[in-house]
Amino acid sequence: MKVLLFGIAKDIIGASEYEVPAQPKHPSTVKELKDVLVVLFPEFNKLSSLAIAVNSEYADENVFLKSNDEIAIIPPVSGG
Amino acid sequence: MKYIEIVDDIDTAEVYKDLSHPSSGGICVFVGAVRDFTNNASVVSLEFETYKAMALKEMTKIADEAIEKWQLNKVVIRHAVGVKQVEDPVVIVGASSAHRDACFEACRYLIDTLKERVPIWKKEFFSNKSVWVSAHP
Repeated sequence: MKVLLFGIAKDIIGASEYEVPAQPKHPSTVKELKDVLVVLFPEFNKLSSLAIAVNSEYADENVFLKSNDEIAIIPPVSGG
Repeated sequence: MKYIEIVDDIDTAEVYKDLSHPSSGGICVFVGAVRDFTNNASVVSLEFETYKAMALKEMTKIADEAIEKWQLNKVVIRHAVGVKQVEDPVVIVGASSAHRDACFEACRYLIDTLKERVPIWKKEFFSNKSVWVSAHP
């Protein structure tokens, strides 16, 4: 599962895309994906917020992830 | 009618043509620009990046919400990306409506909601460091 990275998320992981490890299991929901990310990269815990977008829409934690979804990590936004 | 764009550079002179409308007696515009100081530290430049597909979708939703709520004739939401220097315009939002109350209120809604929801990120460059704005509490 590939995720797109922006802003500080790109700096934390050190790339603009990240392949989430398939082991021990693929995260099946937004909540599971966030749990995996904060374990692998504890810096995410220090952010003011951490959202996930699925197919370029903000996704609730209970949304299921499918293999062809476009998934992005949305750290705190700061436009304007 | 609405103009929703992510651009490299904003031309503030375009906006009157975008918003003028025969039924609009009021046009209100907000321009956000690069300020020279943040928390007493001198800002060298700002850099903006975006998740463009999602940003355009969120900007379109915000424009549609405002059009419906305030019966606007026209709306502009335009944000710049890339490196910007002090005094450069980085965002321009505007609304046109029959009377001024609606476009004043709508304009405030457009910029406030953009700052809350639209996936755009700003990095501030100081002489000795750089910081992603609002990333940490």
